[in-house]
Amino acid sequence: MDPSSLLQYLITGLTLGSTYGLTALGFTIIFNTTGVINFAQGEFVMLGGMMSVYFTRVLGLGEPVAVVLAVVGATVAGALVERLAIRPVRDCPTINLIIITIGVSILIRGLAMLAWGKDTHVLEPFSGDRPIMVLGAAVMPQALWVLAVSLLLLAGLKAFFSGTIHGKAMLACSHDPKAASLVGIGVQRMVLLSFMISALVGAVGGVILTPITMTSYDVGIMLGLKGFAACILGGLGNPFGAAAGGVILGVLESLGAGFVSSAYKDALAFVILLALLFVKPSGLFGLKDTKRV
Amino acid sequence: MSYRKDMIWLGCFFVLLMLAPAALPNNYFLTILILGCLHSLNAVGLCLLVGHAGQISLGHAGFYGLAAYASAWLSATAGWPVEASMLAGVALTVAVSFLIGMPSLKLKGHYLAMATLGFGIILSILFTETVDITGGPSGFVGIPRLSFFGREVKKDLALYRVVAGVLCLAVWLAFNLLHSRIGRALRALHTSEKAAQAMGVDIARYKLFVFVLSAAFSAVAGVLYAHYLTFIAPSSFGFMFSVELIVMVVLGGMVSVPGAIVGAFFVTVLPEFLRAFENIEVVLFGAILILCMMFMPDGMAGGWNRLWARVRRAWAARGASGAAHG
Repeated sequence: MDPSSLLQYLITGLTLGSTYGLTALGFTIIFNTTGVINFAQGEFVMLGGMMSVYFTRVLGLGEPVAVVLAVVGATVAGALVERLAIRPVRDCPTINLIIITIGVSILIRGLAMLAWGKDTHVLEPFSGDRPIMVLGAAVMPQALWVLAVSLLLLAGLKAFFSGTIHGKAMLACSHDPKAASLVGIGVQRMVLLSFMISALVGAVGGVILTPITMTSYDVGIMLGLKGFAACILGGLGNPFGAAAGGVILGVLESLGAGFVSSAYKDALAFVILLALLFVKPSGLFGLKDTKRV
Repeated sequence: MSYRKDMIWLGCFFVLLMLAPAALPNNYFLTILILGCLHSLNAVGLCLLVGHAGQISLGHAGFYGLAAYASAWLSATAGWPVEASMLAGVALTVAVSFLIGMPSLKLKGHYLAMATLGFGIILSILFTETVDITGGPSGFVGIPRLSFFGREVKKDLALYRVVAGVLCLAVWLAFNLLHSRIGRALRALHTSEKAAQAMGVDIARYKLFVFVLSAAFSAVAGVLYAHYLTFIAPSSFGFMFSVELIVMVVLGGMVSVPGAIVGAFFVTVLPEFLRAFENIEVVLFGAILILCMMFMPDGMAGGWNRLWARVRRAWAARGASGAAHG
């Protein structure tokens, strides 16, 4: 292998991996406040991408406005999911919650298909498509956007969770909802907030990825699953583990596609997921917490 | 339900299945009946796993497909007799489910769901990508029709009777299992794994057993499917089919075997009624999953019973107040 193609694969992997990381962050935020794995997480990513396509193509809005509207739309969808599907059944057994979130994901996917059809769509790159050459590897400007936005979002979340009263309240809920409500935190409001933030993070990931990989109504399954694989890789519940897990998964996938076989690119993520679940379910950076597993 | 009631139900169901074709106007409906029976076979196995043992699987479409492809390849490409390839297909699927089940079932809840889902997706990627063996996305053509000792089951009606017979046999097996020591152990571990363990139930063994058994049900359905249609494609064995299987079990109230069968037939027939509204069934399946889990966790029968009780109570109250006024 020559170094420039290795670099090329690394950059592709980093770009893909950041969006996996963002999806994984979405899983983590909801899991930490509610203990629920939201199987509809991938659909938020899809909604971000599809809505921004819809707003630019059909409504003819400028891309910046469309992107903001798409992210807001997905955030509202997140709030609706929590209010309509999760809150009424908070105390149900896990298996029921799993089935409900699967139902939500299918419902969102089906509605997206009815509304926007089965076609694959592209979004214009944010700042052109002339590649920048770095040490013999071509870097798309969009890849820089993806990396920058992901880092910015990560920093923003870090500031939110450690610096604001709402962020701290959400952290408190993740430690012990009962104790949190005893000190006057509205746990239900925090759960709602966690769904909204997680939808927002997912949608941003969807929007910045769409110019690179295109989007259609059914991209949510794969992205959601890979996001979850990234979560497990980084240790479920650990936000920075999730982000790191996403990047590692993206790089492995891109190297696998480049050097082994691109046909089995998607299978690789799941083989890693299964191997981890079987051997080390606490992940690479997770605490040894056997209770959850 | 008592064992006697279960057996009476099974007897009635068998008679109904055997009489059903006579009431159908044409062969097209027979196709739906056969598919309904195959889906029921899947759903009964999954009902044991999800409803009784409380373990979820989002990968059973993979087992269904694995058996179908294995039997198709052995009979069409390797030239084995159909019976032998069907047996081998089921055996292979059972072996795979054992190997996958052993590590997976140590996981709980979300982890188990994701592990089975991941496994199902790996299988469906394999069905699509190994073009030399499976024919890839365009499907596997030229699978020999179901036959016994060299005699091909040519007529759909005869094939339907075979499938219906196999379904009844599976239901009989499921009922016997549920009324046995194993059934009690499964319910115990569903209620509380710790308590079951303390009572001496080997939970790992029972979970694995029911997982492999449900995979075997799916495998039998899979090989029958392949040798009935003589054509299979990877899209029939994807994630969506695993979800449809869960919809069937949920509609039936999770724990009820007859319920799962009704759910299976409902899901099979539903798209026929929705032809006018293209693609709407995906939305409906999603809505069904959410609404059932919220409002009728005990399925259609339970929901109906409660509605009926409510109506009767309302009537009784009206009657009482009417009497007071009169």
